[in-house]
Amino acid sequence: MKISHFIEEKTLLIDITEEIDHHASEKIRRRVDYEIQRFMPKKVVFNFEMVKFMDSAGIGLLIGRYKTAKMYGGQVELVNVSEKIKKIFEMSGILRIMNIIENNNEIFCKKI
Amino acid sequence: MNNNEMKVEFLSRSVNEGFARAVVSSFVSQLDPTIEELSDIKTAVSEAVTNSIIHAYPNVEGKITVKGRLVENEVELEISDNGVGIENVEKAKEPLFTTKGNLERSGMGFAIMENFMDELNVESILGLGTKITMKKKIKKYAFDNNKFCK
Repeated sequence: MKISHFIEEKTLLIDITEEIDHHASEKIRRRVDYEIQRFMPKKVVFNFEMVKFMDSAGIGLLIGRYKTAKMYGGQVELVNVSEKIKKIFEMSGILRIMNIIENNNEIFCKKI
Repeated sequence: MNNNEMKVEFLSRSVNEGFARAVVSSFVSQLDPTIEELSDIKTAVSEAVTNSIIHAYPNVEGKITVKGRLVENEVELEISDNGVGIENVEKAKEPLFTTKGNLERSGMGFAIMENFMDELNVESILGLGTKITMKKKIKKYAFDNNKFCK
């Protein structure tokens, strides 16, 4: 996992590189919560580009981070979501509280 | 013939969730599934094994068994533990129902198993353990050798 801070935009970009299951989600949860509390972002963007696998632990993880972000006045967005992961998002109803954005060029261009 | 069987047993440690997925995925590959079919099976296995790790053995370490059978073009999987058992299976199957909300569990496990596999069966006895059986047919692709001939 890689975390990037965009100071001007008050945005946290989380590039997840691991398979998201119950095992990995506890580690991700601790690190992301720490960053949210420290940085108090307006937006927390999860990039799924490198995620080869996700089960329902991903849903719990995202709802939890949604709650933490909201406490600090921020929201959660999802980017580069594959069809198989989207299927789980759709089943869970999680897309009612967070959006999939097609491609956040603004953020990805500045990353370089 | 494609018929085959396998059995693995491992400790209820979360690091073994990925191991169980890898074993099943490699076994099922013999039937030449699509990437989507394989992904569905891996997700269902991950849910069942995680349930055993979290719910069946909450404070102790126990053993989880995964059995696989390939019959013609169908995969049969059995995930079992000797843990605490499920008090009310029907309730546990309800989407969003969870007893572990504090662990950020979404309550989606059984819904995903039911949705991603063709058949799901849950047998549980309090104090003795739980056995999940799931089946999924892998579609056969009929290759039409004449399609290039006019």
